[in-house]
Amino acid sequence: MAGKPKLHYTCGRGKMESIRWLLAAAGVEFEEQFIEKNEHLEKLRKDGSLLFQQVPMVEIDGMKMVQTRAILSYIAGKYNLYGKDLKERAWIDMYVEGTTDLMGMIMQLPLQSAEMREKNLALIIERAKTRYFPVYEKALKDHGHDYLVGNKFSWADIHLLEAILMVEECKPDILSAFPQLQAFKGRISNIPTIKKFLQPGSQRKPPADDKYIANVRKIFNI
Amino acid sequence: MSGKPRLHYVNARGRMEPIRWLLAAAGVEFEEAFLEKKDDLKKLQTNGDLLFQQVPMVEIDGMKMVQTRAILNYIAGKYNLYGKDLKERALIDMYVEGLADLNELISSNFFQPADKKEEHLATVLDKAATRYFPVYEKVLKGHGQDFLVGNKLSRADVQLLETILLVEESKPDILAKFPLLQSFKAKTSNIPNIKKFLQPGSQRKQPIQEKDIPRLMQIFH
Repeated sequence: MAGKPKLHYTCGRGKMESIRWLLAAAGVEFEEQFIEKNEHLEKLRKDGSLLFQQVPMVEIDGMKMVQTRAILSYIAGKYNLYGKDLKERAWIDMYVEGTTDLMGMIMQLPLQSAEMREKNLALIIERAKTRYFPVYEKALKDHGHDYLVGNKFSWADIHLLEAILMVEECKPDILSAFPQLQAFKGRISNIPTIKKFLQPGSQRKPPADDKYIANVRKIFNI
Repeated sequence: MSGKPRLHYVNARGRMEPIRWLLAAAGVEFEEAFLEKKDDLKKLQTNGDLLFQQVPMVEIDGMKMVQTRAILNYIAGKYNLYGKDLKERALIDMYVEGLADLNELISSNFFQPADKKEEHLATVLDKAATRYFPVYEKVLKGHGQDFLVGNKLSRADVQLLETILLVEESKPDILAKFPLLQSFKAKTSNIPNIKKFLQPGSQRKQPIQEKDIPRLMQIFH
């Protein structure tokens, strides 16, 4: 039965956060069922709800979708956030994979030792400043449009905003050398659905704290 | 000028191999420019040919595409190996991402410390047999068709065959309990483009040899 998508994950960002962002940006209301104990995860597994025994899992349009990228691609396609043709898709995919790599690095930090965390944090800042953000800065500068691809709001824009905010949590002035990205951040944050998602009380999740990580280790046995 | 796609990578499987498989399965001839020393990579970086300074990079249809998944998505879409609608895409994506995870686990064995390699491989092979292959066996059993999605060859089938062969290199009898995967393997291997790719002399790459490791590491580090 078509109802609101239902997200199965822990009550934290992890791999589900990009999905929350995309649904919110598309103006799609969604429900969440939080995994708080290992038993909840085991129940989903025993019920056969998880194709590869893993979350994220999103119940949407009669499917129990798993695999973050599959879910994101489906939502983007369904809500017209994936470009108008194959070539626009190609650019969106390239941009999204870049921000995925960058956010992936940040996602690992809470699970690392203090020493590794410090080292990797420095690497993340360096990569953001020299490998990733310059690409998006240049793309915006070159075409002068408000959005990354096809002069139209897409998944790539939402993902980039998410990445910018995540890196800013590591280093608040990370955009100081990127005027286009600063303006982009301002613009995209003001899109009504996104503005709403950025307000307190939305389904956006906070960064992981020690208590959350301890619980994640218990739930997933890691 | 649009001609054959041109692949930029080292002369090894790595992250380029699924792209070689997909192009071959689609019957698309391609050229390869191999990185043989660090300078080759630096040159591509300095020329601005690599969006995120990384390979794989594939010159195709006037684009210099990077990011393995972006490249695979484009090729699959262009050559009608990506299902007929959003829902078929969704299934294909789920299946392909599962296989990508398994492939990543196997490749990561390479980077394990020597004393942990054997244990790690055993864990990975166990996952192949209990978490991944049962899924595809069940899918094939469920609809009784030759292909995973939509009764038509898609990238999911190509990726599944690639992964089966990869796992068999570590455990030749991995399919012992999966009769449908065995017949899937046989049928899919016989598709003319794929059969050709599986023959000696094709652009399919072999597993890394110990002697090549220092040279390859040196290019990237």
